[in-house]
Amino acid sequence: MSATLYERIGGEAAVNAAVELFYRKVLNDYRINRFFNNTDMDTQLAKQKAFFTMAFGGPNNYTGQDMRNAHARLVKMGLAEEHFNAVMEHLGATMVELNVPADLIAEAAAIAESTRKDVLGK
Amino acid sequence: MYTLTVDQKRYSCLENESVLDVLVRENVNLSYACKKGTCHSCLVRSIDIKPPKPAQAGLKNTLINQNYFLACQCYPLQDMHIKLPNQSEFYRMGTVTVNTLLNRNTMLLVIAFEDAFEFNAGQFVNLQRSDGLTRSYSIANVPQESNQLEFHIRRLPGGKFSSWLHDEIRIGDSIAVSEPRGHCFYLPERREQGLLLVGTGTGLAPLAGILTDALRHGHAGPIHLFHGSRHFEDLYRIDEMQQLAAQHANFHYMPCLSGNPVPDGFSAGRVNDVALSHFSDLKDWRIFLCGHPEMVNQMKKMTFLKGASMADIYTDAFIVSST
Repeated sequence: MSATLYERIGGEAAVNAAVELFYRKVLNDYRINRFFNNTDMDTQLAKQKAFFTMAFGGPNNYTGQDMRNAHARLVKMGLAEEHFNAVMEHLGATMVELNVPADLIAEAAAIAESTRKDVLGK
Repeated sequence: MYTLTVDQKRYSCLENESVLDVLVRENVNLSYACKKGTCHSCLVRSIDIKPPKPAQAGLKNTLINQNYFLACQCYPLQDMHIKLPNQSEFYRMGTVTVNTLLNRNTMLLVIAFEDAFEFNAGQFVNLQRSDGLTRSYSIANVPQESNQLEFHIRRLPGGKFSSWLHDEIRIGDSIAVSEPRGHCFYLPERREQGLLLVGTGTGLAPLAGILTDALRHGHAGPIHLFHGSRHFEDLYRIDEMQQLAAQHANFHYMPCLSGNPVPDGFSAGRVNDVALSHFSDLKDWRIFLCGHPEMVNQMKKMTFLKGASMADIYTDAFIVSST
């Protein structure tokens, strides 16, 4: 059996390396940082760690409904396609910064992309 | 099958059941949400043994050190005694031995105990008046053989508890003190790491404890303390900190004043701005932030954006009670 994406990408160590880089990019981005303010930063980081674990194909049991519920408050605040796109941008840039091979970036991006409808409540 | 003991009640933990599963099944009141180890809502503490490692994944090292764990991620490997966050606290009586002013509105309060009082420098306790009125105060010293706890009590305008301590408490009086709490403290590891300590007002109390603790553990990396307030008259222990800086080549102290006048040897400006302008990069630094909630939250974000890892940022925001 071939190694999973999670294993090929570097497992938990890769998630830990990625998540803080990503969170700094998000907090510095005026287009989306309002969705991330007013939340406890430690909690936020733990959530993003779960997000990366999922995007990297790691062990998780998130359902589409979980994604909907978790983002419903943000959708009310105006969360829309362009914000999702911005997050995807930072996700890609983070992996490039960590020298993740292009084919693995594409796989991870596809997993993250698959949550779009649920995240945006469509 | 293992037994879980919570507040003197015993519950059986079946195979493949998490601690949270058991508590929910038994209708024990504990908040939880995601059940995936992400939200940290179901954080509880093991009283006696080290919890299984996976139940502590992602927690701050000062929480791990105190045997905190996530109930939803904990599949017991032996019997466990568990303390819930809302469980009633154990108080013990201490005796006031010192109550002198450190400046025009801050009192040094020292409470002595007959037996050893275990804590980590930088933690806080609840003090309780006989009518039940309770307030949290940070401990300002390190554990000592004399079994004393030191506090810096700022008199707040209209503050019921601080006025009581300032105006009525006398040497020899008894006062009820809770167990120590909080996870803003120094752990003796990575001794070459730089330490940045930033505090406003009586935020100096936990920071002084953390500083003393780091120095006595022989912390080798640079240690920078920035203490700020608006007026000169509201700072305190300036001479002591300057003396410590003279004695320890790696310790640097900067008192900051956001109002006027600003005498020689003091920095002008808010303590967070002064501290941030000192460092172009905080990668690999360990950060301690204590005092005004706005300062603490703003600095938490800014130090993270300057490169500090979230796991290395310890905070204690002083929330002023409204009752």
